Amino acid sequence: MKPSIAEAARADTPRNLLAFQRTLKDALIRPLAPGSRIQAKWINGQPMAKFAATFIKSNERLTALERLQIYNRMYWFRLIDCFHDDNPGLRAVLGVRRFNRLAEAYLTKYPSSSFTLRNLCARLEGFLRAEPRWTTPDTRLALDVARFEWAQTVAFDEPGRAVLTPAEIGAVAPSRLRVGLQPYITLLKLDHPVDEYVIAVKTRDALRNQASNATTAARRGERESKVPRPARERIYLAVHRLDQRLYYKRMDVRAFKILVALKDGHPLARAVTAAGRAVQPDELREWFATWMHLGWFCRFEK
Amino acid sequence: MPANAFNGQTDYGIGIGLRVPHYRHILEKKPVVDWFEIISENFMVGGGRPLEVLDQILEQYRVVQHGVSMYFGSADKPDRVHLKKLKALVKRTNTPWLSDHLCWGSVDGTYTHDLLPMPYTFAAAKRTAAKIKMVRDYLEVPICVENVSSYAEFHASEMTEWEFLSEVVELADCGILLDVNNIYVSSKNHAFDPYDYVNGVPHHRVGQMHIAGHTKFEKYILDTHDHPVLDPVWKLYDHATKLCGVTATLLEWDDRIPSFNEVHDEALKANEFIDGAKAAKTASAATRGRGGELRPSSHSGNAANPVVK
Repeated sequence: MKPSIAEAARADTPRNLLAFQRTLKDALIRPLAPGSRIQAKWINGQPMAKFAATFIKSNERLTALERLQIYNRMYWFRLIDCFHDDNPGLRAVLGVRRFNRLAEAYLTKYPSSSFTLRNLCARLEGFLRAEPRWTTPDTRLALDVARFEWAQTVAFDEPGRAVLTPAEIGAVAPSRLRVGLQPYITLLKLDHPVDEYVIAVKTRDALRNQASNATTAARRGERESKVPRPARERIYLAVHRLDQRLYYKRMDVRAFKILVALKDGHPLARAVTAAGRAVQPDELREWFATWMHLGWFCRFEK
Repeated sequence: MPANAFNGQTDYGIGIGLRVPHYRHILEKKPVVDWFEIISENFMVGGGRPLEVLDQILEQYRVVQHGVSMYFGSADKPDRVHLKKLKALVKRTNTPWLSDHLCWGSVDGTYTHDLLPMPYTFAAAKRTAAKIKMVRDYLEVPICVENVSSYAEFHASEMTEWEFLSEVVELADCGILLDVNNIYVSSKNHAFDPYDYVNGVPHHRVGQMHIAGHTKFEKYILDTHDHPVLDPVWKLYDHATKLCGVTATLLEWDDRIPSFNEVHDEALKANEFIDGAKAAKTASAATRGRGGELRPSSHSGNAANPVVK
């Protein structure tokens, strides 16, 4: 049987300690009320002040509720700061107020389930697809930007595997040869040229940061200069790294299809056919030479 | 206790935290620094720039790992993926000891990314000590647990924070990373004497110390790590150093980070107190040599008598 609130507040047995932590965790991650205040009511409808006083002592300067509010605020400020840092482009698309509402909705549905905040936005693309109301009418652009920004996280610190040598590739017949792409590479088919857009946003933010504490101002919802939104244009992009630096490489659609097919596990010969008949041998040689030079190929792993 | 079992029998001096804004300066200028403390989680990644920088640092400097998410006090079991990644990093850095906080912060797989204060109960101490032992046995490296700063106290507590810390480290037979700034912050927030705290912990278990800056608000003090160390914290550090001996000391500066030299110069101010502690030790040794009796300081408290049930 689940311990009561009173039992949880005692934390005097392993069972009650677990209940103590579960209950306080639920309190800490509850969304803030307007004005960044703790909510007035607990989940069961009782006053939050009464709930807080069950667990926390007051002192001559702070009530139990105020003490709980310190932690409640720190939780949300920390996670929303991280959400901001990881998604400057998405913030520019939505504007600060809509972005903050999205952040709260996303983090409420998907609180961090990793020991590192690096993974905080791992489920953002799925969330945006499932709940377009947070981004309407900009959902397509928001999705493109969110995917692009997550790809940068992946490119930054995913592992790199041993690069396949020409000899290793040449040792297997193309009809049987499967090659993998480095785990840090993300292939993106996008409806907007968000690479240029996000670079422009970051340049603007960097200039503002050098000039003042404008980033802080922006997070408070104050007006910031707008970067022109990108018009619709289909692009094919590989987000990757070279010598530990991030790069975005725009690609020909045919080259992109070959890489997608390789990533999906198709043998080399079949992957090449994914590009269609219009590919010339010289083009194919040039593409593969570039990819080999960039160290993109590794052993294929399911 | 400069070198003890809890800091891998090392004799490290004054270190600073390895932070991104200083990477270029450190790699290009190669300043003389006794050791760097890294946040383990920042390097528990598959590859890329973080590990490249770390490997370059390891070629030149001694590195000690400090974690922020092991949550020894969380009631659930350690996450296996987390532990595996941490062990891989321990092998990479060859850290002589590893520290993390005496707190909780995750439950049922949800992480708050905060260092939440414990209810100071015997049940919590027992559970926490068991988890520390489990982690130490898996990682095969000495562990020091750090006292956190806090803004809330619980009705459930059956002892003071320093009694709880003592109980945990005795049960786990592990070390202490004594954060004197955290002690000071909590003492102001909870109206206790910070000297009682420092006096009350088992000094022979202190393997490392932290110093840092904090920010005063109207009703409480926040542990912000965005300022130089304040005078009351230096005084407390002085006192702790005299009790514990010259101990590996680390300045934390995590927000509004100034230049590398400014941070390093601030850390090196600790030398003044270390010299004082060395002089005191020399004087007491001379007294012993003359057959004099070594008396506990006026703040010696119950250091030799950790809490027993």
